Amino acid sequence: MDDVWLQALSILSATLRMATPLVFAAMAGVFSERSGTIDIGLEGKMLAAAFASACVAVVTGSAWIALLGAVLVGVMMALLHGVACITYRGNQVVSGVAINIIAAGLTLVLGNAWFGRGGQTPDLTPDARFLPLRFPGWEEAASIPVIGPIYSFVIGGHNLLVYVAFLAVPLTWWVLYHTRFGLRLRAVGEDPKVVDTAGISVTWLRYRAVIIAGVLCGFAGSYLAIAQNAGFSPHMTAGRGFIALAAMVFGKWRPWPAMFACLLFGFLDAIAIRLQGVVLPGFGEVPVEAIQAMPYILTVVLLAGFVGRAMAPHALGQPYIKER
Amino acid sequence: MSATPQVALPRWIDIGLLPLINLVQALIVAGLVVLVIGVNPFDAMRIMAWGAVYDSVAISYTLYYATDFVFTGLAVAVAFHAGLFNIGGEGQAYIAGLGCTLVILLLDAYLPGILLIPLALLAAMAFGAGWALIPAYLQAYRGSHIVITTIMFNFIAASLMVYIGSDILRPPGDMLPSSREFGPSAHLPHMHDIAALLGISMPRTPLNLSILWAAACCVFVWVFIWRTRWGYAIRAVGLSPKAAVYAGISPQRVIMIAMCLSGALAAGVALNQIVGYHHRMLLDFVAGAGFTGIAVALMGRNHPIGIVLSAILFGALYQGGAELAFEIPTITRDMIVAMQGLVILFSGALAYMNRPWVARLYAMFDRRAVLAEAT
Amino acid sequence: MPAEHVGKAGSPSAASRPAAIELRGIDKSFGPVHANKNVNLTIAKGSIHGIIGENGAGKSTLMSILYGFYTADSGEILINGDPAKIHGSHDAIAAGIGMVHQHFMLVEPFTVLENVMLGAEGGAMLRAGAGKARAELERLARDYGLNVDVNAHISDLPVGEQQRVEILKALFRHCDILILDEPTGVLTPQETDQLFQILRALNARGVTIVLITHKLREILAITDTVSVMRGGEMVATLPTRQATREQLAELMVGRKVRLELDKTEARPGDVRLSVRDVTVVDGKGVTRVDKVGFDLRAGEILGIAGVSGNGQSELLEALSGIRPLSSGGIKLCDLEVSSNDPSGPAEVREHGLAHVPEDRLRLGVVTSFPAWESFVLGYHEDDEYNGRILMDREAMTNACGKLMERFDVRPRNPDLRCGNFSGGNQQKLILAREIARQPKVLVVGQPTRGVDIGAIEFIHRQLLALRDAGCAILLVSVELDEIMSLSDRILVMFQGRIVGEVDGDEADERTLGLMMANAHVQTDEAA
Repeated sequence: MDDVWLQALSILSATLRMATPLVFAAMAGVFSERSGTIDIGLEGKMLAAAFASACVAVVTGSAWIALLGAVLVGVMMALLHGVACITYRGNQVVSGVAINIIAAGLTLVLGNAWFGRGGQTPDLTPDARFLPLRFPGWEEAASIPVIGPIYSFVIGGHNLLVYVAFLAVPLTWWVLYHTRFGLRLRAVGEDPKVVDTAGISVTWLRYRAVIIAGVLCGFAGSYLAIAQNAGFSPHMTAGRGFIALAAMVFGKWRPWPAMFACLLFGFLDAIAIRLQGVVLPGFGEVPVEAIQAMPYILTVVLLAGFVGRAMAPHALGQPYIKER
Repeated sequence: MSATPQVALPRWIDIGLLPLINLVQALIVAGLVVLVIGVNPFDAMRIMAWGAVYDSVAISYTLYYATDFVFTGLAVAVAFHAGLFNIGGEGQAYIAGLGCTLVILLLDAYLPGILLIPLALLAAMAFGAGWALIPAYLQAYRGSHIVITTIMFNFIAASLMVYIGSDILRPPGDMLPSSREFGPSAHLPHMHDIAALLGISMPRTPLNLSILWAAACCVFVWVFIWRTRWGYAIRAVGLSPKAAVYAGISPQRVIMIAMCLSGALAAGVALNQIVGYHHRMLLDFVAGAGFTGIAVALMGRNHPIGIVLSAILFGALYQGGAELAFEIPTITRDMIVAMQGLVILFSGALAYMNRPWVARLYAMFDRRAVLAEAT
Repeated sequence: MPAEHVGKAGSPSAASRPAAIELRGIDKSFGPVHANKNVNLTIAKGSIHGIIGENGAGKSTLMSILYGFYTADSGEILINGDPAKIHGSHDAIAAGIGMVHQHFMLVEPFTVLENVMLGAEGGAMLRAGAGKARAELERLARDYGLNVDVNAHISDLPVGEQQRVEILKALFRHCDILILDEPTGVLTPQETDQLFQILRALNARGVTIVLITHKLREILAITDTVSVMRGGEMVATLPTRQATREQLAELMVGRKVRLELDKTEARPGDVRLSVRDVTVVDGKGVTRVDKVGFDLRAGEILGIAGVSGNGQSELLEALSGIRPLSSGGIKLCDLEVSSNDPSGPAEVREHGLAHVPEDRLRLGVVTSFPAWESFVLGYHEDDEYNGRILMDREAMTNACGKLMERFDVRPRNPDLRCGNFSGGNQQKLILAREIARQPKVLVVGQPTRGVDIGAIEFIHRQLLALRDAGCAILLVSVELDEIMSLSDRILVMFQGRIVGEVDGDEADERTLGLMMANAHVQTDEAA
């Protein structure tokens, strides 16, 4: 009984860790898409940021400077997206795809040129990473039956960025619904012309939204490379940007539901590892590949079943052109 | 009556000069990256260009790669004409490989090549089309965004193929997750074999008959899109879905047809790689050709002629990139991937960046031309 | 050659205090289109100033320049006597200018309060500003009778109330000059009267009002001064008291207009289109067309009048097979259509129904197709244009060229992109395509929207000729003049229902207007 309980708690704890990069990226998507700019490029921004954080961490040995570097790179990629989509009114999906492919190529080229190792960065020292935090009294608490492990392993025991991710959700919600910036942001995603005639700059508003998305992708990438893992490895985002995008769509472009969708995908990821080698009666051993494909299959199923187009911000994907 | 920046430019600027400018821009950025690595970009450029054309072997390799890109470029273009962005060429080509492999594994002991290979191609096309059809159906009838679903289907295809390759098709005792080697009747003739039959000597390269299939596909796509009523319907839906409905065209059906065709075209990669060269199903045989197709289609302005030209260009980049990676090991072939991304960026996402100044420049020269005529 | 008229344009106001707005030499081109040519205009403080002109005369462009939406190529703007640099809407708002746009500038999923606050939030946090905004809105509601539920979502409000929100937005920003661009296009005559009452109340408290319209009746009803625009030029400014209907009409058009068409008595024949209890429910579950029934006979024009958005568009779409019926039935010649047995646009077209759609640019043509390709839209599967596999390009281009000749489409170039034709010529191209095959039934929506006067006459004559040739025509239009001058019978639609039928000869604006507001039987809600 106790064993099952601990097992469940450990899955819950893993769910939070798996969901963290998704939550960051999904919030990035909420900001960008609520302002009317499609963000297929979450994946690429995250990947580039992960690479940047690992590189900076290797060179400086400081996790904080590495995080800063990742945010910087995330913002630069976001600005590229902004220039293409906002200033030059290009196709937003095409721009996102370009960013993904550029990131995939450049991280490998630069990684190989700088470190050899087939695109991997050298292993990081503990100082250069965000390590799990030990909350006061966690050891004592762990020995308290039933409730104790909740404090020690589910609430506590994660690295700093996990907490930041879950704080980013109420923050996003508060910004969107309780500030002037949020009101304007939501308005520009629905009808940029209204915002323009209200005397507000559509361009600057949208740029701010994609920059925030870049910052959040910087956090997501840092988490992957210098918190969850001890370095960058090729294609390490492995489609998480797209899954986050799907979570955001499934959450109907709202912060809280998007977070729950991320948790769902994180949960799948967490149980996937534990399902390996499990024999289902009447089916045989579950193939690893099926479990790995689960998030993608589930995304398709969810998108097919539950989300109507009417939910999207009205001006999503349409560049703003002043016209008669 | 509109104030859009769309000034009518002569066709040679639209389909010739602008893509060329995009390419130069992408090359400049790539050159900067090379510079950051600490290599002289002009040296790199020279090695690449030379590596792509220095002898008939290099040229054959360039064409061999280009063959793949024609297939995926056409696949992206056909979907584009229907207003769809098919990012799933990679997965469709991959699953198509499964289709032809299954047919060949079943029948290579019984059928001669002349029957077996067309059958294998048909199976590849059916599988590729089938894999494209699910996202198409979901877009047409369930409203799920085809960009996201085709991306997801790439991942699902990858998992599925790893499973099939390592757990089902792998011969016992073999370490590689791949199928057994095909029988000789399933080998698509190489171009050097064909040339030898005609008494011409050509070096042994992977270039095979698939290139003729690619040429046939180009002609077919051109005729289909611009000369038939089905192509008319596809373009109408792509340009103005509401007008298409008014005209009695069903956008749902058009989405299904266009994606089906798109997947079937992407299946050409399986012909070139599996039936034409490897003669067994390998993991990852598509190797990113599906994504290259996006760059090829954008640069080729979704027209078969443009697609052939830009496919050859990317073929040359691949071949030259291999030479470059060999000569300067600090630059890996992934540079080509970055290059594709840059081409997609400049010719797709930043398409309106160059147009205004090119138009202004043109207007300047044009006015002069008009004046010259008047005097 | 604009003639010199009474009160030459731009003559300085006789009033001693500075004008609210003075425009000097405003010039604006969009590519080859010269939208405003050296426009001078003076609007006296505290006046109600009307600007009238046809569609495309340059009124909206001029006001957009004043509101900072476009920047003029040359010219000066003076507000209250001071030169003003207006580079964007924020400059206009700061100068005290408010604007009620033709298409409301409201965020549909937002509440009234959020819409009013947008751009004038009063601080970085919403909470503080919201309280003040509520109080201010209450005050405005008291002072001007502008009652709206501040917590309602815009998408739930009727258009009349949405327009009130637009006015509230301007007042909330303390505007003392209010511009209204075609404010009555979506209103019933009764709602229009209400709007005018509000405008008079505002004017009485010192707000200068600029009313842009193409309706003579409104100019005469409310303005003090009227300016007339034609072809991008300001051709006259005169006190409304001195203006007559005929004079203004002539100034607008530039020549004497023939208000009546030569129309012979209709000779209705057999029933071609029979509509029974047709109901259409849209995707959101709203009933758009509610048990509509009528018969349409050969050789008659049946007009459907109504304020736009009362189900006419959905009815047209249902008749032409674009939208499925929710219940009821349609009998088109020998084709039966019902909700169980739907027919798409292709099938309906095959049975002799031609359709000139309301939304010309999005439905009628594919703007990036060349003219000949748009010309076969809907008929692209015809044997005439197709071989076994390939389409017959020559046949299509020839057919297109021939009809461009007959319908006087200019420029007469089948290879030109559709988007490069003017509205009138696009409409003629569509009309040519739909009429060419001698349809048994023609349904037409807004045939002259955004079309120049010359083309309007041409289109009207074509429709009458078609009727006389025995075609059954259903005409939907929001232009009452058009409905009254063409129709043999008129049905009025209100909230998806047919609320009245009037004989073409007996129709007058007032009766139809009351019917359009559904007030002819009930007590007058407007009172």
